[in-house]
Amino acid sequence: MFDQFGLRFSGHPNLKRVLNHEEFIGHPLRKDYAITKGQYCTQTQDLMDEMAPLLTCKHLDMERDNLMLLNLGPSHPASHGTLRTLVALDGEEIKAGVSEIGYLHRGFEKSCENHTYNQIVPYTDRLNYCSALMNNIGFCKAVEEMMGIKLPDRGIFIRVILSELSRIIDHLVCLAAGLLDMGAQTNYWYLFNPRGLAYDFLSRLTGARLTNSFMRIGGMAHDLHAGWEAELESVLRSVESGVDESLRMSEHNRIFIDRTQNVSCVSGERAVNMGWSGPNLRACGVAYDLRFAAPYDYYDTFDFSMVVGSSGDTYDRLMVRFEEIKESLSIIRQAIKRIPQGAVSVADHAVTLPSKSAVYGTIEGAMNQFKLIFEGVKVPKGTHYGATEAANGELGFTIISDGSGTPYRVKVRAPSFIHMASYPKIIEGSQIGDAILTLGSLNIIAGEMDR
Amino acid sequence: MDMAFIIETVVKIVVILLVFSALAGFGTYFERKVLAFMQRRLGPMHVGPYGLLQIAADGIKLFTKEDIIPQNVVKPIFQIAPVITAATAFMAAAAIPFMPSFTIGDYTVHPIVADINIGILYILGVMGAGLYGPLLGGLASANKWSLISTARAAAIFISYEVITGLSILAPLMMVGSLSLIDFNTYQAGGIGNWIVWSQPVAFILFVIAGFAETGRTPFHLVANDHEIIDGFGTEYSGMRWGLFFIGEYANMFFISFVTAILFLGGYGDGSLLGALGLLLKVSFLFFFFLWTRAAWPDVRPDQLMWLCWKVLMPIAVINIVITGIVMMV
Repeated sequence: MFDQFGLRFSGHPNLKRVLNHEEFIGHPLRKDYAITKGQYCTQTQDLMDEMAPLLTCKHLDMERDNLMLLNLGPSHPASHGTLRTLVALDGEEIKAGVSEIGYLHRGFEKSCENHTYNQIVPYTDRLNYCSALMNNIGFCKAVEEMMGIKLPDRGIFIRVILSELSRIIDHLVCLAAGLLDMGAQTNYWYLFNPRGLAYDFLSRLTGARLTNSFMRIGGMAHDLHAGWEAELESVLRSVESGVDESLRMSEHNRIFIDRTQNVSCVSGERAVNMGWSGPNLRACGVAYDLRFAAPYDYYDTFDFSMVVGSSGDTYDRLMVRFEEIKESLSIIRQAIKRIPQGAVSVADHAVTLPSKSAVYGTIEGAMNQFKLIFEGVKVPKGTHYGATEAANGELGFTIISDGSGTPYRVKVRAPSFIHMASYPKIIEGSQIGDAILTLGSLNIIAGEMDR
Repeated sequence: MDMAFIIETVVKIVVILLVFSALAGFGTYFERKVLAFMQRRLGPMHVGPYGLLQIAADGIKLFTKEDIIPQNVVKPIFQIAPVITAATAFMAAAAIPFMPSFTIGDYTVHPIVADINIGILYILGVMGAGLYGPLLGGLASANKWSLISTARAAAIFISYEVITGLSILAPLMMVGSLSLIDFNTYQAGGIGNWIVWSQPVAFILFVIAGFAETGRTPFHLVANDHEIIDGFGTEYSGMRWGLFFIGEYANMFFISFVTAILFLGGYGDGSLLGALGLLLKVSFLFFFFLWTRAAWPDVRPDQLMWLCWKVLMPIAVINIVITGIVMMV
């Protein structure tokens, strides 16, 4: 709030910027801050404004207790994305830690205020770049809820299929990187090869591998391509065998178990208090999943189970993801069986673009295209919070509309932002190697954290 | 006579240096290919047929790269540390009989640089001195990651020296000699005479300690790139870093040789078949290093120390006691 809006809290002990840099002048999300006004910041932050009080509060002293300060990141082989954590080490044990984020802050929320709703979709790709389609869907769904639009059934089923495929991809990335961090190299290829096939499928469908931008307000760019069922089925099979092989290599491996069990345990209560969601929360034994708690897109009609861990340690966080991949596979298979024929987008010309033949052949089509491109989809005045269960947790968009074609304000609730906030606390007392694994198992994605 | 001896020794030293420097290069190629096939990819393919010239490309790169010496390092120590690693690795090779002796004309060649009667002690000692490479390199680097790596190196190498020493004590008692040639002769009778059958526990302990001393997965902790970047090698570049690398791979080969000679019968009766057998055994042991790397994750430093002092050392001591009792009875 202070960083972005300039609200000052009286009595706050350490009012500092979070996403922006210390040297930054002004508060970017205020309407009087020009969107084109960039700033160069050149100094590094030593983070001692946070570390010093933390050490005092823990009754530690750098000199007396012989502590060593060490920067884990921002560019470290095992920090997934540019994250920085400053830790005070006693030997290899982490006594205290503080983190700095914002290296990837690019003003997503400010940019939204300058673009039409459909133009924002490519920006949402860059939030959680490991599962771009889920961000597309989350944003479009929030807007559609505001407008009171319901997609045709085929469109909804395609969204379910693509969501779950993205969830699989995201979990594969997390597991592959997490296992690689403990030196279990081979798993990386066993898990990343199927991911490559999944991206091949997505690139045939959407034209892009990583940043798909496939969704539109009120539907999606186009229908699935011919022969998609067979292609998708072969992707699913390779995911299945990859996960199976990786599990056989690690599940009962003594070293893997010793490295991950009882490391950075988080109790269910603590996880809820810290605002966790998604697989990380479920690993702590809290059965909360938006697909069950507030079913959307027919999720209540699919037969799948919620995966819940018990002790909230690194092992549980990884295993929950392994099992969720299996559940997602089953959802996709059910959706392939049940998918109806028909349109994929709503047929309202105030929302979706007319066909190309209509644009070139009729005055009405040309005007519809013109209005939609230049003015954007008009969203009724009001405030709305729409959330979906994304791969990392609850991905929510709060949209304030003034009735025009561009949002007045967009706020994204990014799960990684909240997980990262608690990261320095849960690694205290563990070792450097454990901290690296914990970071991997939390699956912090810098794109959505720093927005 | 004297002159011939000097010439022979110099030739042997040069041959060992060249062969094992080249082997260290081939070792990296071999490692990349083996790991690649285990991980369903191709490995190096672009330089030369099947990527065979990759080694040459890597060598040229390492030799021609700028030798960067960072500002705050302790310069002489920083510069000498990689040499220590490589030099100690090759010095250890002096007491290893790589092949049975053979004759050229009427001159008998013993493919061992120095058949000293305390060969094993010498190898262990020199390999132990190799610790100074990472230790000094890390301390001189003025880098906190290197410092952590140094602490790990000191703890791990010293601890596992104990295991190495204790584990071969039992076979030593049986053979009654510290010379590797005597070890070979002891087992020359055939597969049934191999020490691995009478001392399986010592063999397993020695291999585990070998993994720790060469810093291979699952004990890849001293330069664990996922945790502490490249450990003591973080600040090194070009050929200085390359020397650490050559030292590590040469060590892997020498440990494989020592294991094969100590426990797996060495070159047997000294025939050509025996010599080939030794090479096969060494190749398998080297392959075993790579196989483990593809299959297992790394342990944590404290778990490694726990394994050393609370599990392996008591077992090694018990093994010695039992061997002693059996020999007395």
